[in-house]
Amino acid sequence: MAKKANFETPAMRPYPTIPIIKEGVMKGDGPFFAKPDMQEALGYPIELVDNWQQVALDKMGELLTKYRSLRVYLDTCVKCGSCTDKCHYFIGTNDPKNMPVARQDLLRQVYRRYFTFAGKWFPKLVGAKDLTREVLDDWYNYYHQCSQCRRCSVFCPYGIDTAEISMAAREILDVVGIGQKYCNEIIAKVYKIGNNLGLPEPALRNTLEGLEEDIEDETGVKVRLPLDVEGAEILLITPSADFFAEPHIDGLIGYAKVFHEVGASWTLSSYASEAANFGMFIGSYENMRQISLRIHDAAKKLKVKRIIFGECGHAWRVAYSFLNTLAGPFDFLDKRYPVPQHICEYTYDLIQKGALKLNKAANDDMRITFHDSCNVARGSSMGNMPGGQFIIPREVIKACCNNFYDMAPDTIHDETFCCGGGGGLLTDDLMELRVKGVLPRMEALQQVVDDHGVTHLAAICAICKTQFAKILPYYGFEMDQIISIHQLVSNAIELTNVESTDEK
Amino acid sequence: MEFWTVFYAVSFYFATFILISGVVYKIYQYAKTPAPLKVPTMPAPLTSSGVVVRILMEVILFKSLFRSNKWIWLFAMMFHGALWIVLLRHVRYFVVEPGLIIDLIQPFGKYGSFIMLFGLLGLFMRRIFVERIRYISSPSDYLMLILLIAIGISGILVSFVTRTDIIQFKAFMLSVVCFQWQHFQLPEYQIPIDAMLLFHLAAVMLLMIIFPISKLLHAPGIFFSPGRNQIDNSREKRHIAPWAVKKFETQQKGN
Ligand code: HEM
Ligand code: SF4
Ligand code: SF4
Repeated sequence: MAKKANFETPAMRPYPTIPIIKEGVMKGDGPFFAKPDMQEALGYPIELVDNWQQVALDKMGELLTKYRSLRVYLDTCVKCGSCTDKCHYFIGTNDPKNMPVARQDLLRQVYRRYFTFAGKWFPKLVGAKDLTREVLDDWYNYYHQCSQCRRCSVFCPYGIDTAEISMAAREILDVVGIGQKYCNEIIAKVYKIGNNLGLPEPALRNTLEGLEEDIEDETGVKVRLPLDVEGAEILLITPSADFFAEPHIDGLIGYAKVFHEVGASWTLSSYASEAANFGMFIGSYENMRQISLRIHDAAKKLKVKRIIFGECGHAWRVAYSFLNTLAGPFDFLDKRYPVPQHICEYTYDLIQKGALKLNKAANDDMRITFHDSCNVARGSSMGNMPGGQFIIPREVIKACCNNFYDMAPDTIHDETFCCGGGGGLLTDDLMELRVKGVLPRMEALQQVVDDHGVTHLAAICAICKTQFAKILPYYGFEMDQIISIHQLVSNAIELTNVESTDEK
Repeated sequence: MEFWTVFYAVSFYFATFILISGVVYKIYQYAKTPAPLKVPTMPAPLTSSGVVVRILMEVILFKSLFRSNKWIWLFAMMFHGALWIVLLRHVRYFVVEPGLIIDLIQPFGKYGSFIMLFGLLGLFMRRIFVERIRYISSPSDYLMLILLIAIGISGILVSFVTRTDIIQFKAFMLSVVCFQWQHFQLPEYQIPIDAMLLFHLAAVMLLMIIFPISKLLHAPGIFFSPGRNQIDNSREKRHIAPWAVKKFETQQKGN
């Protein structure tokens, strides 16, 4: 049943073993380069600049004075090896440069050579290397084999976070003129149109109207999906994939039904029609801030009182951890609510209050497990309690279904394995990496399938959903076995509010 | 004044100067470099006292390492735990009246060195035999362990085999520490001429000198790791670095 491809899908291991290293198996040219117009839109040189070596070193020097993480992480690694077997890309590909510490070392060797005493005088001794074209190519290739999932940082005795290193590396690559096509194209689209998919306002309005009709056909209730409604109470910021990708769209329908059921006044924004913020993936404070400001501006313009984010992993990390810093202060919003809130927090609160009527039996055709998305699990939280990001989504799921089973403990919560497509790698030119990188997650899934007859994998991340829909078939599963949490809510919710919410 | 006495006294001042100034400089550098975004590895504590607990768990118990790899943890604990005890034991060479605590740990310190050595050998074996760790090791990583092993073995030999004149060594050391250089004229304040002791001291001074320019910076570094020392409060509090503020301002002017 497994899908055919020009590379081999790794075989699932009967029991977890630490792979034997295979040097150079993932060596290559990396993903496609960004085109000149995309580079320009983001303010980067359109091609590799002539004095790239100097530019790269200058940028590295600048970043070292701007980011404590980079400075401390490059200095403190003791090469203990604790992180070496923790990266899903290493487990799936066996390329030693995908071991977190080896990935860091690609940058560290240059840091040592040019910025430390030992590396300047005794390069051989401490593994310091000149910044050659070969090293630059390795950066481009291997820093685009890191999904910035932070799993390695959980296990490092000093919390060294390879994501921080790979963000810095990608920023350096952008500044010397070799950006990655997928990320930079998307950011350019956000600036031009407002969302990653390049969906303009009229098309968005059309889509939403179509969805309203679908919901009415199905339920007989006029559930609305309002766009650009000034004075609404809640601004919903959701990944644009929610507007038409499967299974994302069923999640969007779920949010709309929840809002409808409690009579909330809410709206989407065509100006900020994107929760995702790819500025983080390329390590650019500047771009991350520009994209965040769109949300601030939309909230102000629409005069809303609360901001709620839809299901998206890295978007939630940026929202939870950075939005207030980058685009605040949000003092014009209602102070009783955190800024921003996650849709799961919102639904969870309503469930706690007994405000939703949920029929668990509606999901009896499914046996469900939950995939903790890395950016939610290790980059953010929910509900003002440590670990809320693990508890709340599970509580929402359990309130909506009778059959929930967690995967093995070392593959969930903060030890969760990445879906293999995060961090700006969700592109067809990295298909081999994506398929191999998901191996540990597929093994954990297979185990609950065998042990508990699990049929569906629920997630709260647009990237995870797209990635799973694409790669599940490579491992002998069906693409529709991945679902949104709010799809479960959507199935279970009994709409008692038959009046349509009016636009205020 | 004998040559070795002067040589070791001067080297000791030099090594101490490098160690202290180097580490102070690195700490200053870490402290000065801003952390412009909240990036603790979640779940993170919600309060600053929670952060103190988190860091202490890492520094004393190596909690993350324990979750990750029990073998590395075991050897690391043996080495570091014994190292602290051995170091404390050495206090008696530097102060006139070491006090009760230091007296009490003397026997532990004496045998602690064997545990330290065992831990170091375990780490060394892993570095040689585990393919992944061999792949990420540079010559300096092996040499660092060899240096520590050499310090450990020579220390053991000094206290169990060659039985150096500790009274005289203490007299020498106290004169160095208290800057009583006039003592060096007198024979009872000379450094004992015992090859093993001289080797042990030279190796320790070498370690002190390379401390601030090597991976030994993990000791101060762990306290500055944003992954471990940040509070999870980004929704309540903005967290703006000075360089980012400047950027905000210039942008507003530009608008
Ligand atoms: C705050 C104090 C310290 C903490 C929390 C700490 C923690 C750690 C941890 C967690 C490791 C990784 C595990 C391992 O490979 O052993 C490590 C490695 C190491 N530490 Fe420390 N350490 C501290 C102080 C020191 C000091 C003072 C020395 C120096 C003499 C030292 C020397 C080493 C060495 C050489 C290694 C590498 C071992 C190897 O090659 O595998 N540490 N440390
Ligand atoms: S952040 Fe994730 S993908 Fe990157 S090196 Fe660490 S474990 Fe691997
Ligand atoms: S776990 Fe941390 S200190 Fe150990 S090798 Fe990996 S990055 Fe370095």
